[in-house]
Amino acid sequence: MAELHVLYFAWLRERLGRAEEALALPAGVTTVAALRQHLIARGDAYAALAEPTVRVAVNQAMAGPATRVAPGDEIAFFPPVTGG
Amino acid sequence: MAERARVAVQTAPFDVAVELAALTAGRHDIGAIGSFVGTVRDSAGGRRLAAMVLEHYPAMTERALAGIVAQAGQRWPLLGVTVIHRVGRLVPGDGIVLVLAASAHRAAALGATGFLIDWLKTGAPFWKQEYFVDGTSAWVAARAEDDAAAAAWATVPPPAR
Repeated sequence: MAELHVLYFAWLRERLGRAEEALALPAGVTTVAALRQHLIARGDAYAALAEPTVRVAVNQAMAGPATRVAPGDEIAFFPPVTGG
Repeated sequence: MAERARVAVQTAPFDVAVELAALTAGRHDIGAIGSFVGTVRDSAGGRRLAAMVLEHYPAMTERALAGIVAQAGQRWPLLGVTVIHRVGRLVPGDGIVLVLAASAHRAAALGATGFLIDWLKTGAPFWKQEYFVDGTSAWVAARAEDDAAAAAWATVPPPAR
């Protein structure tokens, strides 16, 4: 699978108007930080991803800016969790 | 790792008595069970709450909860753990989350219960949206106190076994 599966949750999902999308891994994008910048550069609602509190998980595990992303990965963006 | 670990994410209510009985059935080595039940309040920020909707990240949720349970099992000599978190639409008075931790003695049972709920609140992918009686709604904001409570466990030395 050459694509990334990108998921959005909670208010991020609402602002973007979508819960998920398939995305071809953009050239030169190898980390979470680079993918985030790539999405923010789309402008409009995607500027919400620049909100510093937005968290990222790669393949269902919490990730940091330097975490590697590769084709086939599931990348999720979401606000800080509020369960319990 | 706890000898018995039950982790569930469900829309249905949970029954504390049933879960307690299941945790202790056939066991005579348990001497203490800590419990925490989180419930929906009827007000938030001074506004009357009509309902709450809990969203989660299904592929990640049970994995995250199992990871938190495993962490607790490394810190305390646990004999059983139950974590049940509800999702979907809940109304004031409904149970949201149940944590049970069983051990031979109370220090481990109570400590593990506090640890489990503190870590769950900051490390498991659930999000609450509040629906108010006045027809408005809002996503619940994460609280700095919750992060501080979870982080504080890092400074608590593991108990002697």
